[in-house]
Amino acid sequence: MLKLEPRAEPSRAMAYASPLLAVVLTLVSGFLLFSLLGKDPVQAFTVFFLKPVSNAYGIGELCLKATPLTLCALGLALGYRANVWNIGAEGQLTIGAIVGGGVALWLHDFNNAWVLLPLMLVGGALGGMAWAAIPAILRNRFHTNEILVSLMLVYVAKLLLSWLVHGPWRDPQGYNFPQSPMFHDAAMLPLLAEGIRTNIAFVIALVLAAVSWVFAEKTFAGFRFKVAGLAPAAASYAGFSEKRNVWLALMIGGGAAGLAGIAEVAGPIGQLQPSISPGYGFAAIIVAFVGRLHPIGVVLAALLMSLLYIGGETAQIQMALPAAVTGVFQGMLLFYLLAADLFINFRLRWKPKPHAATTPLTVVAKEPA
Amino acid sequence: MSAEQLIPILASTVGAATPLVYASLGELVVERAGVLNLGVEGMMLVGAIAGFAVASQTGSLTLGFAAGMLAGMALSLLFAFLTLTLQTNQVATGLALTLFGVGLSAFAGREFVGTVVNGLKGVSIPGLSDIPFLGPLLFRFDILVYLSLALFVAMQWFLNRTRAGLLVRAVGESPQSAHSIGYPVILIRYLAVLFGGAMSGLAGAYLSQAITPMWVEGMTAGRGWIALALVVFATWKPWRVVLGAYLFGGVTILQLHAQGFGVSVPSEFLSMLPYVATIVVLVIICRDPKTILLNQPVSLGQRYHPDA
Amino acid sequence: MNDRVSMPRLQLRGITKSYPAVVANDRVDLEVRPGEIHAVLGENGAGKSTLMKIIYGVTRPDAGEVLWEGRPVQIASPAEARRLGIGMVFQHFALFETLTVAENISLALDDRIKPAKLAPRIREVSEDYGLPIDPDRLVHSMSVGERQRVEIVRCLLQSPKLLIMDEPTSVLTPQAVMKLFETLRRLAAEGCSILYISHKLDEIQLLCDNATVLRGGRVTGAARPKQETAESLAKMMIGSDLPECHLDAREPGAPMLRIDRLTLKTLDPFGVTLRDVGLTVHAGEIVGIAGVSGNGQKELLAALSGESPAGKPETIMLGELPAGHLDPARRRDLGMGFVPEERLGRGAVPALSLAENALLTGSNRGMVQHGLIRHKVVRGFARDVITQFKVKARNEQAAASSLSGGNLQKFIVGRETMLDPKIIVVAQPTWGVDVGASMLIRQSLIDLRDRGVAVLVISEELDELFMICDRLAVIAEGRLSPAVPTSETSIEKIGAWMGGQFKDTKGLAHA
Repeated sequence: MLKLEPRAEPSRAMAYASPLLAVVLTLVSGFLLFSLLGKDPVQAFTVFFLKPVSNAYGIGELCLKATPLTLCALGLALGYRANVWNIGAEGQLTIGAIVGGGVALWLHDFNNAWVLLPLMLVGGALGGMAWAAIPAILRNRFHTNEILVSLMLVYVAKLLLSWLVHGPWRDPQGYNFPQSPMFHDAAMLPLLAEGIRTNIAFVIALVLAAVSWVFAEKTFAGFRFKVAGLAPAAASYAGFSEKRNVWLALMIGGGAAGLAGIAEVAGPIGQLQPSISPGYGFAAIIVAFVGRLHPIGVVLAALLMSLLYIGGETAQIQMALPAAVTGVFQGMLLFYLLAADLFINFRLRWKPKPHAATTPLTVVAKEPA
Repeated sequence: MSAEQLIPILASTVGAATPLVYASLGELVVERAGVLNLGVEGMMLVGAIAGFAVASQTGSLTLGFAAGMLAGMALSLLFAFLTLTLQTNQVATGLALTLFGVGLSAFAGREFVGTVVNGLKGVSIPGLSDIPFLGPLLFRFDILVYLSLALFVAMQWFLNRTRAGLLVRAVGESPQSAHSIGYPVILIRYLAVLFGGAMSGLAGAYLSQAITPMWVEGMTAGRGWIALALVVFATWKPWRVVLGAYLFGGVTILQLHAQGFGVSVPSEFLSMLPYVATIVVLVIICRDPKTILLNQPVSLGQRYHPDA
Repeated sequence: MNDRVSMPRLQLRGITKSYPAVVANDRVDLEVRPGEIHAVLGENGAGKSTLMKIIYGVTRPDAGEVLWEGRPVQIASPAEARRLGIGMVFQHFALFETLTVAENISLALDDRIKPAKLAPRIREVSEDYGLPIDPDRLVHSMSVGERQRVEIVRCLLQSPKLLIMDEPTSVLTPQAVMKLFETLRRLAAEGCSILYISHKLDEIQLLCDNATVLRGGRVTGAARPKQETAESLAKMMIGSDLPECHLDAREPGAPMLRIDRLTLKTLDPFGVTLRDVGLTVHAGEIVGIAGVSGNGQKELLAALSGESPAGKPETIMLGELPAGHLDPARRRDLGMGFVPEERLGRGAVPALSLAENALLTGSNRGMVQHGLIRHKVVRGFARDVITQFKVKARNEQAAASSLSGGNLQKFIVGRETMLDPKIIVVAQPTWGVDVGASMLIRQSLIDLRDRGVAVLVISEELDELFMICDRLAVIAEGRLSPAVPTSETSIEKIGAWMGGQFKDTKGLAHA
């Protein structure tokens, strides 16, 4: 019978292969799902995965949507390495958009982009950090669980944004729509090229990925994160402060998510609205895991996830496929990954069934003394 | 405030509390067995759409509730297989379950947006329901409200008075010991997780078939997470779960009625109340680490495999 | 009748069990007769515990045959073992701390008796055998010795025909060991067979009729312990003469570690509160702390390492420096080293390489510059530890989890030693480690002492403490006895202190 056996050492090869395996399994399941929905799976695949990236504009869109996912997931991944389970990136993103956007609205007749944009970005990051500081303080001082606190704060942040755009920040000339005035040109992130919507935030995200790689692999602080995540008792024995890790992890996570928020409103959206993210902060959790909590992996996984978003939209328009398929794919991907990860620490071996040997062995094995 | 105003408020408090009672009592058993399933929100959503879909297709609410429970169980089975058989990380898998449930329910529910079913009605208990004030307050609820209280009583009895309940507690404290004296730890945990899934599914179905008899994407609005917080608030004791659920039900309903009483706070801030209250409550309970250390099942969230 | 008596109660033939990395049992044969006390002797890692788990149905063998009273049986579960009449007292108890004694026992009984109805029977049996326990007490409030009683009574309630005792004396004081032996002899006289697992030669000679010796998973001999010498048994057990280590008398130097009236309430609801602990360790001496586990060792270690800060700075003095308020990293900077009791998960991170595990505590030794890790230095250091301490590992990139217990312990002791501490605190230095590695580790502690390091050893192995310590103290219920020179005390006296009987001697020591 087939038996699972623990490996003596975790397999490095499987650590890299399991995300790929998960992607393949997701694609296979997608194939089945499309067939079940009565669509031609080959056509659906083309529309879902190839069409969106068949021209420059499409690739630009891919990078555009990958930007907030990368930013959020980079921060989350660092935290998860240290057993700090921030799942409230969506809320931190929202507050980042509010603070950064607030700066833009407040300085609406200030026209120097060189000053205004950095102010907005810093504002966004600080906003995200402030929001993430709440679970950090509560965990360090009152031992509350950061999972529940950060999640609850997502709802609070979204309600706060909703109040702002329905109330004090509503555009007086906006025909009563719940949205702020459009940001002026100096408050918009510059585009990378003509004809695409990708902006400078994508470059920032890539730079931050490199920085986060250096942090995780080369710095002692990154090592402390790793130890805290793998063996909390060892971290405490070594004298690595848990509180410091919690602070650092949540500040990085919140800051990055806040940046993602301001980059969205100062990029493709251009104003504050009741909804500024189709769940990037939650999808980023999947991105972080599928990317193996590794910065390069996160960038790749973010591109994949972005493709799922765009593919879902294209498929909805062109084939009347429900856009919600994206969510199913996302969840499936993470499940398959978790299951495939099993083979990092275990392997499958064919083993004969245990049987009782009936021949008594009378020879006593003796070792030379 | 007059009785005419008060009765509907109190009655709707009970309605709002009931799904929380189911979901958190279910999760309580899961956690007492040592497993942390963060997928309650996902299971509730899937239960909500499955229940609604079946009820609207067959016209039978009973079948709808059964479908909700089955859907929750199906999802929890997936969770159990991953965490108990394949030994995946419980936190990550629970998050995955919620994300998957959000996606799956939105996908499955796209045809049902905007349709309605005839929601579950209260049963008037002859004689009792006509008592002034108390009658409408206590004796006109739907059957699932009464069943949720019965579930609480059963749970209290199960955990403290039966050998099976003793076993669940034992497995949650030391799976190693339970294995050494010959109990099938993994099987017991599977059963606990499945029960939790059924209760979450039922809680979801109650939302879509009783409280607001329709399907809205993401209609649980964080109730699954609040249910998880309630288990901590309750320090893993059933009676405190029920108490907590009713308190939260009260907060939810109060904020709906607050403007009616002339409270001039923007509705968004009132809507924040349940979430802020959750955080406040967590702080109060967790402030003294001993409270958690003394009550939390010792092996909660840890992987266990008999061969390891 | 004669036939019936001579028929073995339990017979194992060719029992084999292998795990991915190791063959735990290799064609093991064993025979136990009714009323016989049979020792299974072997050092750590010889495969004794696996064999017992097979007999008790916890683990299934890959091959081989089990005969019970002459007929072949498949023991698929502990419940089946119990039905046959096999009981087992586990080394790491199989008890539930948050449940009462009666609840614990009821869970292990196969007929469903309510805990409340069980209580009188528990009282009766436990008193009959001189092992009094209160059925209504919660297990977490009991000492380890009392917990063992619960395990034994749990077996006795089923009138066992075979009782397996897995390393039962590691949690007992020498006096309690003698009481346990009385109970076991009485059981044997009543016809119960006893399988007694141990690596302690003197106990086996005192108690057992026959012995089967295991080494590396194989049977390497059978003996009548009472007719053997400790040396001959040791030779069977480890395949060579017992290595020795040498402790030459030496004048201690200046006080390096002073604990002054340390009182520490524990945060852990099941923990022990330290009360008025005082101790001084000088440069160039080894001080040992004996005691039954669960008497405050863990808490004392945490207070010394800085994981639970001790409040007033002056409570713990490192040389002339008050250190009671410092965190572990700061204490390390001041020259303290620690070897914790749990190797995997505390002393080392299982999933990380040996090199990264060197960085775990060595970061203040030039391994980090401007916050960046100097991987070359780290790897070099790890390689040095591996060579100097004869650690068997692929190389410094091998994961800590891939090492055997003894090799990992050598690595951890080596790491802490090579970081040049002025004071080193070592908990259970050789717990679960084979004899060869144990001796190497003990010798390296003695070498440290001879280099002028202050060494504090916390151990449950009295033999070990008597072998390597200049002075000995005992911890019991969170209080520490005065430290006395090893040459002026005896196992009996230390044993009595382990039961807490040193409170009256305290005034004497001060006088």
